[in-house]
This record gives sequence, structure tokens and C-alpha cells, in this order.
Amino acid sequence: MDTSVAPPLPVANPLTEFFWEGTRAHKLLILRCQSCGHFVHYPRPVCERCLSEDLAPEEVSGNATLYSYTITMKPWHPFWVDKVPYVLASVELPEQPDLKMLTNIVECEHDALEIGMPVEVTFRQVAAELTLPFFKPVGS
Amino acid sequence: MGSRSAVIVGIGRTAYRRGSGRTTLGMATEACRAALDDAGMPVSEVDGIVCFSTGDSVIPILVGYALGLDGLAYPLEIKGGGNYASIVVAQAVAAVEAGMCETALVYRSLNSLSGHRYGRVDGALVAEGHIQYGAPHGYLVPGQWFAMMARRHMHDYGSTYEDLGHVAIQTRAHAANNPHAILRTPITMDDYLDSRWIYDPFRIYDCALEADGAAAVLVTTAERARDLKQPAVRMLGHAAWLGAGGLPDQWPDMSALYSANVGPRLWDMTGLTPGDMDLACLYDCFTYTTLATLEDYGFCGKGEAGRFFADGRATYGGDVVVNPHGGLLSEAYIHGMNHHFEAVLQLRGQAGERQVKDAALCLVSAGTGPYGGALVYGRD
Ligand SMILES: [Zn+2]
Repeated sequence: MDTSVAPPLPVANPLTEFFWEGTRAHKLLILRCQSCGHFVHYPRPVCERCLSEDLAPEEVSGNATLYSYTITMKPWHPFWVDKVPYVLASVELPEQPDLKMLTNIVECEHDALEIGMPVEVTFRQVAAELTLPFFKPVGS
Repeated sequence: MGSRSAVIVGIGRTAYRRGSGRTTLGMATEACRAALDDAGMPVSEVDGIVCFSTGDSVIPILVGYALGLDGLAYPLEIKGGGNYASIVVAQAVAAVEAGMCETALVYRSLNSLSGHRYGRVDGALVAEGHIQYGAPHGYLVPGQWFAMMARRHMHDYGSTYEDLGHVAIQTRAHAANNPHAILRTPITMDDYLDSRWIYDPFRIYDCALEADGAAAVLVTTAERARDLKQPAVRMLGHAAWLGAGGLPDQWPDMSALYSANVGPRLWDMTGLTPGDMDLACLYDCFTYTTLATLEDYGFCGKGEAGRFFADGRATYGGDVVVNPHGGLLSEAYIHGMNHHFEAVLQLRGQAGERQVKDAALCLVSAGTGPYGGALVYGRD
């Protein structure tokens, strides 16, 4: 087994580099409209609510609830060969209705997964330059 | 601009195989020639060709060139997946009705098994743009998105693994009557529940049958259709909706698909209802897509589709025959163009053993997740 293989690496661009710098510092940063306060994720150049281009990253609580998930049994890429089955999930952040992000749920038995369960962010370095925001059950 | 109307006058296809050993050009020209032969129309009358592809197939002008045409008045390649399988037909109808061309072929040709596979990651994957918020977490193939949607549907409406199983079982039973289908051996609920997991809640029997092949339809004016070989079929309305900008969890309600938007608009536009449909060729890249779209199009309530299948309401003698050809699950994954072939064949009364009695109206849907469209075909 080749444990040196990395997952597909994000190609940071001017819109997204703050996010990956944030995860490396163990901070979950979400782009927020400075005119109306609306959060925008994934990062986009314009506020979808007021069309302002004045957006800036802000740290959020790191709390979330599990919106939905799937358990992948088959590795679709060499990085996951020794990591299946793994849990992909969409979590909803409490900062705003429908503010969802894709992630993995970790430190949770699959039988214990339940939509609506409270989860919290936890950061893990998975490659030299990449730290990912995962979520785990609150208190685990 | 006149007020002329366009109709479907021919259908064609290749064999569907697990490994064609052919080029997408070779399969596209065969399917297009078959559609022309079916209609009794010379290729020289074709001045429009429309297709969709994800960059995995031959483009229209090369198909026209291979068929001996000097050029095309209306060549159009739409970049996208099965969510465009109804839009391409609507586009050809609109182009003929607007006078931008006289006669248009619409094809989809792909080696979805032996060429680029949607259910597989080929080589290094670059996580650019919004994809960088999915791929590093292991979101690599479309089925994972739809599995997550299915899971949310289970939570919100109480649907079950067995509900998905009923769709797989009924679809396979239909394929048993279709010599063109690749998988024709009936399966039981035990077979379904014992089949291997791919991404929970989906097992292998929940997933489309990746295959190689091409299918085509031929569109021309209603006036020209009078002199052709086959009874014409008319598109009575088309609606589409492509939402959520790339990451499917950005769709506000993950338990509903594009069809929650498209369904009401399609019925409003056509003045028809689900109850009017004799058959429905529902895009079924996964069993869940059939289940959720059946609900969204209003054939039954939310959470009721599994029971609808289990009670025999989706087959002969029921409310509506869903995917009499066996769909993408059992006939072949021709990205939804095979649904158009089946719909037209049925409405012409030429489906043989699996003919839906007195079939006059058919819903054909395309796509899944937040992206898709649908049309209604009727006998002209
Ligand atoms: Zn704003």
C-alpha cells in the first residue's frame, strides 16, 4: 500500500486561497458579504443576496448539524484504498439557513450516524500543504 | 419566421454492448443512418445535427462530414451529461420550427464502459474551481452525490432500501422482454439486498449499466413528414431546470430533484397530467432517480414511489408503464437517448412483445440531482 499518495489537491485561486490558509491554521473561514452580512459558500465573487462584491472571510463557530451523508465502500482514487469505507457528508452551519458545506464525518461509528446530529469541526493534515476541515460528533 | 411545426420522424441506434471496440464516430454515423433509413429520408436533406457530450464523443460537423454532407446550417454540441438528453431534442425541434434548419439529427454516442467512465476517476484529478470543495474529501463520482440525496429522502419521507430494490426489480423484469437490453435476467429482492455496496444507500443494482453505443432521432417539418415512412411523433412540450451551480449540496432541498421544478411547469405548459401518460421513460442513472422523479412529476406523493412500484402500478395493467425497455439500469447507459428511442417506438405501436397497449402519450425525463429536463411525446 502506498501511503505517500495524496488526495486530489485543491488548486487554490484568488477566491479560495483564504479558505486553505485558514484550515492550515485550524480556522474555518467562510466568505461573508460586508454589505448585508450574508455568508457565501463555496466562495463566489458576488454576494448572491445583494450583489455586492465586498466580501471578506470570517471565522465561523465550527458547529454544524449533519444534513445528509453517504458511506463510500469503494476507493475511487489511490488515496482512499486504505480508507474505505469513509463517510462523505453535507453539514449545515448554524450561522445561516441553508449554509451547507461538503466534508467527511470522522470519529463516529456508522451505525451512530443520524441526520440532524450535532457535529463540530476538527482539522486534519492529509498532505504536506493540505489540511482538511472534517466534522465529528460533538463531545466525541 | 413561419408558424411551421416540427416532428420526430425517425429513430436509430447501434447494438448496446459492454465494450464496443468502435469509435464514437462509427457508432454515431450508424445510429444516424439507421434513423434516416427508418424515416425513408435521404441524408442529403439533413442540414442540422445536435448532440450532447462531456467531451467524450464526436462533434456534429464530423458526423455530417462522415455522412457525405458538405456542411451544416445548424450544428450544435451541448457540453453536459444526461441532464441534456431532453434539451437536445427540444433544441432540434426549436431550430426546425424557427427555420434555422429543415431537418436535424440528434444523437448521443459514447463508450461509457470502454471509454471514459463516469463511475471512475481516470488518472490524476485536479481539484479546480468549486470542485476543490469536494474532491479532496473523496467526492469523486456523481453517484456519491445522488447517494447523499437518496439518504436525505429516506430521512425526510421514510423511503427504504427495499423501495430502491422494487425499482431495480421492476426495471429488470421489463428488460427481460427487450432483446436489445444487455441485462435480461430477472432479479429478486434477495438478489438486490445481497448485491454489493457501492456507496450506501446504493448497491450495484441501484446503478446504471455502463455500456457502449449510440442512439439518434430525426426531426423535420410536419409537412415533410407526410411523405415519410413512419407515423410522426410530436413533442408536446419541454421544460428544463439546471440548478445549484456545481456542488449538489447547494440545492436547498436535497430530497427533491430538478423535477420538483420541471414537473409543474411541464404539466402547466402541456395542459396534461401524470394520469394522462401511458408510459414514462424516466432517466434512471440510479434507482433513486426513478423513485424521486416519479414523485416529483406527480405520479404519486412524496415517499410513495417504492410502494407504487411494489404494487405493480409502474408496469402493464398499472397506472403508467415506467421504462418498458429496461432503462439505463438494465437496457444500457446510453445517457438517456435510448429513452427517446423507446418512447417513439412505443408511440408508433412498434415495440412488439413489450408494447404498451394504445400508447398515445409518453413522458421522457433526463437528468438527476438539481439538473435536468423532460418532455412529453404524443402521436401526431
Ligand atoms: Zn450581500
